[in-house]
Amino acid sequence: MTGLRQIAFYGKGGIGKSTTSQNTLAALAEMGQKILIVGCDPKADSTRLILHAKAQDTILSLAAAAGSVEDLELEDVMKMGYRDIRCVESGGPEPGVGCAGRGVITSINFLEEEGAYDGADYVSYDVLGDVVCGGFAMPIRENKAQEIYIVMSGEMMAMYAANNISKGILKYANSGGVRLGGLVCNERQTDKEYELAESLAKKLNSKLIHFVPRDNVVQHAELRRMTVLEYAPDSKQADEYRTLARKIHENVGRGTIPTPITMDELEDLLMEHGIMKAVDESIVGKTAAECAVA
Amino acid sequence: MSQNAEKVLDHFSLFRSQEYVDMFENKKAFENAVPLTELQTAVDWTKTREYRELNFAREALVVNPAKACQPLGAVFAAVGFEKTLPFVHGSQGCVAYYRSHFSRHFKEPTSCVSSSMTEDAAVFGGLNNMIDGLANAYNLYKPEMIAVSTTCMAEVIGDDLNAFIKTAKEKGSVPAKFDVPFTHTPAFVGSHVTGYDNTMKSILEHFWDGKAGTEPPLVREPRDSINFIGGFDGYAVGNIREVKRLFGLMGVDYTILGDTSDVWDTPTDGRFRMYDGGTPLAAAAAAVHARATISMQEFCTQKTLAYVAKKGHEVAAFNHPMGVAGTDRFLMEVARLTGRAIPEDLTRERGRLVDAIADSSAHIHGKKFALYGDPDLTLGLAGFLLELGAEPVHILATNGTPEWAARVQALLDSSPFGKGCHVYPGRDLWHMRSLLFTEPVDFLIGNTYGKFLERDTRTPLIRIGFPIFDRHHHHRYPLWGYQGAMNTLVKILDKIFDVIDADTIVPGKTDYSFDIIR
Repeated sequence: MTGLRQIAFYGKGGIGKSTTSQNTLAALAEMGQKILIVGCDPKADSTRLILHAKAQDTILSLAAAAGSVEDLELEDVMKMGYRDIRCVESGGPEPGVGCAGRGVITSINFLEEEGAYDGADYVSYDVLGDVVCGGFAMPIRENKAQEIYIVMSGEMMAMYAANNISKGILKYANSGGVRLGGLVCNERQTDKEYELAESLAKKLNSKLIHFVPRDNVVQHAELRRMTVLEYAPDSKQADEYRTLARKIHENVGRGTIPTPITMDELEDLLMEHGIMKAVDESIVGKTAAECAVA
Repeated sequence: MSQNAEKVLDHFSLFRSQEYVDMFENKKAFENAVPLTELQTAVDWTKTREYRELNFAREALVVNPAKACQPLGAVFAAVGFEKTLPFVHGSQGCVAYYRSHFSRHFKEPTSCVSSSMTEDAAVFGGLNNMIDGLANAYNLYKPEMIAVSTTCMAEVIGDDLNAFIKTAKEKGSVPAKFDVPFTHTPAFVGSHVTGYDNTMKSILEHFWDGKAGTEPPLVREPRDSINFIGGFDGYAVGNIREVKRLFGLMGVDYTILGDTSDVWDTPTDGRFRMYDGGTPLAAAAAAVHARATISMQEFCTQKTLAYVAKKGHEVAAFNHPMGVAGTDRFLMEVARLTGRAIPEDLTRERGRLVDAIADSSAHIHGKKFALYGDPDLTLGLAGFLLELGAEPVHILATNGTPEWAARVQALLDSSPFGKGCHVYPGRDLWHMRSLLFTEPVDFLIGNTYGKFLERDTRTPLIRIGFPIFDRHHHHRYPLWGYQGAMNTLVKILDKIFDVIDADTIVPGKTDYSFDIIR
């Protein structure tokens, strides 16, 4: 296990976490790294672009069919994708039942016990939305991911989620080795997005490791269930992901302990950049009709 | 008049008095009771082949599993270390169960604490329970080590023991250098033998790999001593003392890892001992230097042995070895590992056991047995029964794996008495009930819960296993070694003769065989 690098991608749902992570990991594979992706999202779509298909055989669905996770073999759940990237999906219960967080713990324990990490240079965890409970914090426990990369954009809620995730990392950073590797801004073309991302990263005692510009080629590749690296390896966007991959590769040991901020500070940040006007306390909680009368 | 202060009736006689007999009868009118004939039809149906097949096709339900949960094994392993307080992170009721379970079996108090997680802890995480719990346990009960394990509740919400314990130490709950080994023991994974394994491994890792980063890891300097791990064993008191006697006779330099022999057998002399006996912590640390580690119960120590082997120890694993051949293998392996000869005294003990088996062979030979229990115990016991010329017809372990089943099958295949015998991994006592009805045997061997099978099927129960709640002090007598085999032989024979006597006791009818000499 020496030399094994473990990283995790977190971020608000729908931010393009899985797309960014898969493209970046494909670029790392291009650099000759042996990669294992562990999808920790009940939707099981963290490896779709690498496998060209949504993984059907998730750990938990097979375990449910077999009766117990102890009845599973590693080869049942591990699939080979683009450039021999090994892929597993934890899967999870149907929406509204059970406990997806425990599913993450069960899956990661299974993979470790079965020696899934042997021979890999990188293990990457792709985790859903937010660190909502102890189970989704499993990848940031000690001896799991050393660095967390938060995928965000210039939207308020994405920044809010990034801040929340930093809180989760902080909880574990003091007692363990987990660090915030940096923010990855996935361009949404909001106002002053780059500047905002930069200042948020600074506030969080981190850095904006890369600003991934928006490019339709990502959509085109995605429709074909491919990474840009595979679909259009010569495109400019592919180079962006290569740059991000190289930065992450060189970022080993450079993660920091985050300094999450309060909601007020976050709002101040938006005001600083002129995105939000100073809050006029007299209009808070008033409907449009009430404001018109006043 | 139900009770009288001058002469208080216990439940045996009280509920047989006419007043209660009538009351029970009248009560039926309010209980929607089915007619007796209908009830009898259903009961009879559960005894059929047809029912057995349906029973074995059952998927979504377990009825009376012959296993317990991981934290029970964790507590068992933890109390085997000197002045160690087992600390279970989770809800209180679970821990009350571990304590009472051991106390009912060993007839001794078992010290164990819980972090008493309640609904707020389930929502916010149990960190504060860990911080307060460690501080309270440390200050109130003054242990030298606190071994932490978990219940389902902490596991489902994903509490991280490593982070919690470090934080608790930073907040001053216990000194930074205080020993707090920990292991996650989700009760819904594996069984008590898994919990034993995880905890034993976590304690060794703690001492050998740098005490959670507070000291440099130990560097092994191989010595001649050996380590001995007994595994989860209801006869630990008798067995470990017997093993110590055997090692003493052979002059072996040894460390028992998890020595519960004095923990669960404290004298009554007016002084309460919160902690007594157990493996000294310094000895547990020094055990890294041993040349070899022996496990008496392989399925209790799979992860532990793999870890120990990685440290460079030679490892030897047994499956609860019993009887002549089982003890031979054990002693010869000890002799090989230590270079110490097996003394004449032990050879004589062996000869006496062979003699006793020969004396009683006529009564045991060809008798059919059903047995259930932990994987190692059933393997060892089946081996002994085959050696006695008995037939272990049904062998069942709820926590038995396919690997275990293959080992039992190999054992059965090795003996002519194993023909027609079958192994049942992952099955429960309701399956055993069907087996006993459809393929009856002469005797059932199992723990106290087997008495319900004895009641239903009238198969006489020989109590060997864990827990034994309804007979006292059996845990004081070993099952291991030649003397342990002798005890087991006597236990089996006593029941055989009791049954013969009960069968021949009717005056003028069957008592022509009610013999003085058997």
